[in-house]
Amino acid sequence: MSDIPLNLFEQQEKNRRQTVLWMIAFVLFFAWLGFGGDLAAWFLSKDADGVAHYRMPWMGIVVTLIGMLVTWRAFAKGPKNVLWASGAKPIETPGNDQERQLVNVVDEMAIAASLPRPKVYLVDDPDPNAFATGHGPEDACIAVTSGLLTILNREELQAVVAHEMGHVRNLDVRLMTTIAGLVGFIVLMSDGLGRFVRGGFRIGGLGSGGGRGLSGRKGGGGAGAAIGLVILVLWIISLILAPLIVRLMAMGVSRGREYLADATGAELTRNPGALASALQKIDGAHEPTKSIKRSAAHLCITDPLGRKVNLKEGKLANLFGTHPPMTMRITRLKGMAFQSAKASGELPAGD
Amino acid sequence: MPILLLVIAVVVVFWVISQYNSLIALKNHTANAWKQIDVQLKRRHDLIPNLVNTVKGSMEFEKETLEAVISARARAMSATTVGQTAAAEGALTGALGKFFAVAEAYPDLKSSTNIGSLQEELASTENKISFARQAYNDMATKYNTKQMQFPTNMVAGLAKATPAELWEITDDKEREVVNVDLSMGKKPTA
Repeated sequence: MSDIPLNLFEQQEKNRRQTVLWMIAFVLFFAWLGFGGDLAAWFLSKDADGVAHYRMPWMGIVVTLIGMLVTWRAFAKGPKNVLWASGAKPIETPGNDQERQLVNVVDEMAIAASLPRPKVYLVDDPDPNAFATGHGPEDACIAVTSGLLTILNREELQAVVAHEMGHVRNLDVRLMTTIAGLVGFIVLMSDGLGRFVRGGFRIGGLGSGGGRGLSGRKGGGGAGAAIGLVILVLWIISLILAPLIVRLMAMGVSRGREYLADATGAELTRNPGALASALQKIDGAHEPTKSIKRSAAHLCITDPLGRKVNLKEGKLANLFGTHPPMTMRITRLKGMAFQSAKASGELPAGD
Repeated sequence: MPILLLVIAVVVVFWVISQYNSLIALKNHTANAWKQIDVQLKRRHDLIPNLVNTVKGSMEFEKETLEAVISARARAMSATTVGQTAAAEGALTGALGKFFAVAEAYPDLKSSTNIGSLQEELASTENKISFARQAYNDMATKYNTKQMQFPTNMVAGLAKATPAELWEITDDKEREVVNVDLSMGKKPTA
C-alpha cells in the first residue's frame, strides 16, 4: 500500500478494478469446482485409442443448476434474514428527537445520492455500528445501533449514513448479498460433493462413459490417466479447502468495498473529516456488537465481531479481515480532507 | 465495398441513436434534480409559518429578526427567474441562520421542545436544499460535459441539448458561516 493519499475518484476507480478481478477469480473458482471432476473423469475415461467415453459433464451441470437455485433463494431471503437476526426494528414514525434526526439524515443522504430513501432500522445495542442491506437501491435498508446515535453528533451520523448510502449506490448490498449466498452454497457443495465422490468411487463411476467405471479403468489412456489422476487429486483438495478459500475471497471483495464506500460517503457529504472523526469514535468505543451476527459482518461500518485482525495492516490482516484496518481508513479519509481543503484554498500555502 | 459502406452506415446510425438517447436521459435527470431543489425550497417555505407562530410570544423584542425571515420568505416565494430565486433563497438562508443564532440567547425558548424539533426540521431542510443543489450541479455538470465532448457534440443539436445553468452562490451573505447549534444538547467531542 502506498502512503500517497489517492483522491476520491482514483480510489473509486481502483476499487472497481479490484472488484472485477475478484469476481473473475470467483467465477473461475466456481467453474473449477463444478467441472474439475468432469475434466478428471474425461481424462480417466480415455481408452487406448485416446477416445474419451465420458463426454457430458454431468457433475458440473447438476452442480451449476443446484447452485443457481440455492444462491437465488439465499439472495431473495438474505436481507430479511439479516434484519431479523440482528433484531432491527423499522422506524415508521420517529418517536423522539434522536430518531427524527436519524430519519432526516437518511433523507438528506438519499437526496445527495439521488436515490429513493432506504428504509430506516434501529438495532437496540449499546455498541456503535451500522449496516446496509437489500437487493439494490429500490429496496435498500439502512440499520444503525442505538449506541451509534448516542455517541455521534449530527455531522458524524451523517457521515456514517453516507458510508452506508455509498454501499447502496455502489450496489455493494446486491454484490454482498449475492456473495453471501454463494459462500453458503459452496460450503454446502463441498460437503455434498465430498459424499457424492466417495459414493461414486464405491459404485464405480456413476454411469459415466457408457457404463464403464472410472476406477475400473486401468491401463487404457496411459498419459491421459496420469493427468486425470492429478486433476482428480487437485480437485478433491480444492473441494475440501473450498469453504475456507471462498470465505477469504469474500473478505477480499468486502475490504475493497469498504474503502470505496468511505470514498463515496465522502463524495456525498463533501466532508471526509466527519467520517474520519466518526470512525475514531466508533473505534474508541468498539467492542463486539452482540446483536449483529457473523453473517452480516461484511455489511457493517466496522467489524461487529471486534476481531483483532482488522486492526492490523499486514499480510495476515489482508487475508482474514472483513474490514480494512481502522487506522488505514482514517488516514485515507484525512488525506481526502487535506486535499479538498487544499483545493478550496482553506490551507495556507506551503503547509 | 458496398457491404463495407453499409456496415459503417449501420454502426454510425446505432452510435447516433445511443448518444441521442443518453443525452435525453441526462437532460431529464437534470430536470428532475432541479425539481428536487424546488420540492425542498417549498418545504422550507411551509415550515416558516410554524416557526413564526411558535416564537411570536417569547421573542417580542427581536421583532426585526423575525420580520427579516418573513419578508425574505415572501420575496423567495414571489421570485420567478432562476437568478432571482437563487438570490432570494440565499437571503432566506441567511435570515434563518441569524434567527437561530439570536434564538440561542433565549433559554426558555430553547427549552421548549417545540422549537427544538422545529430547529431540527429546518436544519434538515437546509441540508436537503444544499444536497439537492449539489446533486443538481453534479448532474448538470455531467450533462454539460457530455454534450460538449467530441464526438457527442455532433449529436447535441439533434437532441436539442443546451448547457444547463449551475446553481451557484451569488449572494456573498450566503457564504458567511452562521453558527447554528445542532448538537441537541450533546457536546461534540471531536
